[in-house]
Amino acid sequence: MAFHSVERLLSAARTQPLWEAVLNDDLEETGSDRDSSWSQMSRLWTAMKETQADYDPARRSSSGLAGGDGALLEGEGPGLCGDFFRTVIATALKAGECNACMRRIVASPTAGSSGVLPAVLIPLSRRDGLEDEIMVQALYVAAGFGQVIAARASIAGAEGGCQAEVGAASAMAAAALVHVMGGTPEAMAHAAALALANTLGLVCDPVGGLVEVPCIGRNVMGAVNALSCAEMALSGVKSRIPCDEVIDAMGEVGKLMPASLRETGHGGMAATPTARRLSDPGTE
Amino acid sequence: MSIFDIMGPIMIGPSSSHTAGAARIGRIARRLLGKCPARAELLLHGSFAATGEGHGTDKALVAGLLDMAPDDPRLPISFELAREAGMEVTVGRISLQDAHPNTALLRLSTASGETLEVRGASLGGGRVRIDAIDGLAAAFTGDLPTLIIRNQDRPGQVAEVARVLSHRQVNIATMQLYRDMRGGLAVMVIESDQPIWDTAIQELLALDGIVRVTYLNMTEV
Repeated sequence: MAFHSVERLLSAARTQPLWEAVLNDDLEETGSDRDSSWSQMSRLWTAMKETQADYDPARRSSSGLAGGDGALLEGEGPGLCGDFFRTVIATALKAGECNACMRRIVASPTAGSSGVLPAVLIPLSRRDGLEDEIMVQALYVAAGFGQVIAARASIAGAEGGCQAEVGAASAMAAAALVHVMGGTPEAMAHAAALALANTLGLVCDPVGGLVEVPCIGRNVMGAVNALSCAEMALSGVKSRIPCDEVIDAMGEVGKLMPASLRETGHGGMAATPTARRLSDPGTE
Repeated sequence: MSIFDIMGPIMIGPSSSHTAGAARIGRIARRLLGKCPARAELLLHGSFAATGEGHGTDKALVAGLLDMAPDDPRLPISFELAREAGMEVTVGRISLQDAHPNTALLRLSTASGETLEVRGASLGGGRVRIDAIDGLAAAFTGDLPTLIIRNQDRPGQVAEVARVLSHRQVNIATMQLYRDMRGGLAVMVIESDQPIWDTAIQELLALDGIVRVTYLNMTEV
């Protein structure tokens, strides 16, 4: 039976590492075996790294709106953010741009939010010289929290807005980061709750209905938010509202959102005069 | 719900529903037809029609018809590859009754005159469901080996098919029955836990009243 609450996930993690609880539960659910599950998750991690290697700054999406920004974040910057932070931003942009340019990506949990997990995990694994094993474990942690969010709320922008996609990805990434840094399951839950609470109300308003603007930038926000929330949770900051209740609140906010702000391309950024001009083929 | 419905699939962007799901619908249709179509008419309904072009839904459907997986890097150039393969493609819009918002209706024909009409819906996260074949209702995902049997609607047909499968040690996971009218043409959709061998399919075809047997195994290379 898949996890429907973080509370149950935490209680399963009392007798085993949380990532392993997620893995074992999935084996029971799907009848799959441990080796093939692990190699499938390992393939996702490898594919995330391959997307980054595949990035080409000269590539543009068919609309012409996406591409090239990731490369602008390479090399020495203006000195505002440190190297690590700058690499996180670049990685999120590159993943998002690869997605918009019809390259191979890993939906995590969706294609539109596919930049968040790679953006925090890949730079961290490189900076600290971490083994693939702990990164694959972190993906199980992310999947466990994602599963609860999908069950209690939604991970589809058309149902819950961007908070259900980038917000969910950010919460999953925050929990994954806590695992990599050796934090407790409770700290993972606090990190996920803090991250999701920060993105509550985020609408899905893609310009021209395309997964480009503002989606790619929101992946950067999701990654940076995940880092802050993991840092807070690892330092002992606790979410005042339990993770399950934050997830439920996200689901409720999604239901209250008008259709124009749920992936229809009719509201928010999509409704700006410039967006309308850009998405009208007659004037492009 | 598996954790791999949350993490993954590995896919060509930009949209799991509009791109990856569309590619899978196309590929299931290709496997159901059994060969590369010479002509393919792609009709897009709902959100597929509204935002499909920007998401490469048409390219993904054609890639699937060329038997590409949703993560095949050649997906963006599928129209060129279809031309090389001698597949004539037309794309249009359609408004269907009671259809999922992300639905495609594919009308396929081969050089030797076989035809197939498949209606598929993309449910999100790359998961799909085939909702109709040749106008007859169905509901299967292609996740398990699937038999689609068209038969005369008369007593004993289901028992005969079940007998053949049990004799071949095939465990039936799900079974659905549909018909267009009493005593007319009926469809059995059977999902099984094991792959089904060609000998079993031949035995089914030899049964009296069985019109057509189509076998779908998406795991097979």
